[in-house]
Amino acid sequence: MEEGGGVTKKFLYVNRKAPYGSIYALESLEVVLIGAAFEQDVSLAFIDDGVYQLKKNQSTDGIGMKNFSPTYNALGDYDINKIYVDKDSLEQRGLSLDDLMNLTYEDENDNYAEKPSISLVNSEELAALMEQQDVVLSF
Amino acid sequence: MTLHIVNKSPFETNSLETCLRLARSGHCVLLFEDGVYGASKGTRFEALLTEAMQNCKIHVLLPDFEARGMKADNLIAGIETVDYLGFVDLVTASERVQSWL
Repeated sequence: MEEGGGVTKKFLYVNRKAPYGSIYALESLEVVLIGAAFEQDVSLAFIDDGVYQLKKNQSTDGIGMKNFSPTYNALGDYDINKIYVDKDSLEQRGLSLDDLMNLTYEDENDNYAEKPSISLVNSEELAALMEQQDVVLSF
Repeated sequence: MTLHIVNKSPFETNSLETCLRLARSGHCVLLFEDGVYGASKGTRFEALLTEAMQNCKIHVLLPDFEARGMKADNLIAGIETVDYLGFVDLVTASERVQSWL
């Protein structure tokens, strides 16, 4: 229970769109950051083209759009450190974990050691994760 | 039970395929809006739907199906039709609703 009698629920944000062709990815990130203020138990899943959101070395100078990918690095500071990437989606796109941004958080229960936030998951693990949630928000 | 709702044609996005890959045994799927095209007989997705029905119940929102020129006898065998009230019943009977945009 949080101060003020709020209940902590498990929220999963499911991201399935690539970053610049539509507004979904940016909107999802905005909602995640706003939601972080409510101190819920938040997880993020990246599936299908959603895995492209986490690609390293994004550079939007040539398209006149804001490169919002550095913002994902801030998630750890908001205690959002459960980031699940669908292994099948990554492999189908010729990508591996090394192609993604190195997102980390500081573990306050382990002397603030820096740890990776991203976990690769298979279909079964992802399905199980989804079933544990109180709320699933799709983008 | 999780209710998965799909509103895009399987020919337009892979939402239905990913939904069926990640739905677990005992879950329900509802096809609505352009998602209803996935429920019709004779498409290249028929085998996928038929296989999914071994573990999951699949529903289609009939008003959306009929609006697109199809009738209940164009449905893949085993798919159940619901009206708007049936949609609401499915939602209230579910622990969570997962939307596949």
